[in-house]
Amino acid sequence: MRLMPKSVLMAKLLLLAGAAGPALAAGAPADGGSKFPPFEASTFPSQLFWLAVTFGLLYILMSRVALPRVGAILEQRREAIDGALRAASAAQKEAEEQANALETSLAKARASAQGIAGEARDKSSKEIEARRAAVEKDLSAKLVAAEARITETKSKAMGNVETIAKDAVSTILEQLGSKATDAAIAKAISAVKA
Amino acid sequence: MASGKTIDPMHQFEVSKIVDLKLFGTDISFTNASLWMVIVVAVVSLIMLWGTSSRSVVPGRLQSLAEMSYEFVSELLTGVTGKEGMRFFPLVFSLFMFVLAANMLGMLPGSFTVTSQIIVTAAFALLVISTVIVYGVMKHGTHFLGLFVPSGLPALLLPFIVLIEIISFLSRPISLALRLFGNMLAGHVALKLFGAFTVSLLGAGAYAALAPLPLATAVALTALEFLVAFLQAYVFTILTCVYLNDALHPGH
Repeated sequence: MRLMPKSVLMAKLLLLAGAAGPALAAGAPADGGSKFPPFEASTFPSQLFWLAVTFGLLYILMSRVALPRVGAILEQRREAIDGALRAASAAQKEAEEQANALETSLAKARASAQGIAGEARDKSSKEIEARRAAVEKDLSAKLVAAEARITETKSKAMGNVETIAKDAVSTILEQLGSKATDAAIAKAISAVKA
Repeated sequence: MASGKTIDPMHQFEVSKIVDLKLFGTDISFTNASLWMVIVVAVVSLIMLWGTSSRSVVPGRLQSLAEMSYEFVSELLTGVTGKEGMRFFPLVFSLFMFVLAANMLGMLPGSFTVTSQIIVTAAFALLVISTVIVYGVMKHGTHFLGLFVPSGLPALLLPFIVLIEIISFLSRPISLALRLFGNMLAGHVALKLFGAFTVSLLGAGAYAALAPLPLATAVALTALEFLVAFLQAYVFTILTCVYLNDALHPGH
């Protein structure tokens, strides 16, 4: 402590002043002092002595113990507050980063969900298409078969018509009393048919 | 206290011996003044040492008081002298706390006001001024005398200004000592007079009806005296800072 020797010096100065005090105040009437106690010079040495002792003690207690302690407390509090603020801003930064990460992963998930949905849609529409094509193929095959059947039935029926017509012609001719050969009848029918 | 029937407002300033002591033929008896100095130091130490003993980050009442005092004085000192002034912080802080505690404890009825003794305020003023001179000369040598020579003056005016500066410097300890002493003394005398007047009126038959008037004055004065008690400690401290600033930066 740089101040210590100085304060010792000051205490000495105070004592010196105290020694000079009674001499300076000696001019005042010896009895008059009691009328105005603050100027009662006989009390000066004792007051100065005890002031030096008590103030010196206070100075030592304050400079050595109390002030460094309070300074340390204030410093510690400032550090604690700064540390807490730093931690808070770090936490905030981290939270923001996490929010950003969440945002990006959400966007990614949305995109992939859209992809999956599109894929599913494509797949199902292809399937539907394939099934429809199969069904159509089946149906057209059935149509072709039915048409073939109809043609067959029709030609069969037409064949029967020829026989019936032959029978009818030969019967009519018999009734009319004329005769024709089967070949002639067939020729005539096919001529009508054409 | 009234001595006999007459009221003596000066009785409260009387120094009376409690324990007779002598050192090398000098009377250093332990008196009521000494007792109240010890109480002042005890009260300040209680706040500053016991109050901060837990060193809590979240302060209690006493610790808050100690921290407030610390920050109040340190802001006062650095505000006037800048950062370099903090080397005088223990001295300025001790002065402020001692004077403030002495002024405030002096407001207790029946107590003794340490700072109402001219020898005490003069000792403090001398302590401050000798610190200024000793530090100023140690730090700046003869340059410290530049304090008395403001720069940029016409040569004709210089002797007068230097004389005025020297007188103003010499009157500093006197004004420092007398201001505190006078304020404390006058305030306590006024309080005592109005209090005593109230008591006299009460004992004066029909005039007792007037007694509330000086009583109200005494109550108002008590509030004012608390303000003065703080204000004078503050003024003493800030002037100390201003004078210390001269020792730190003499070329102004």
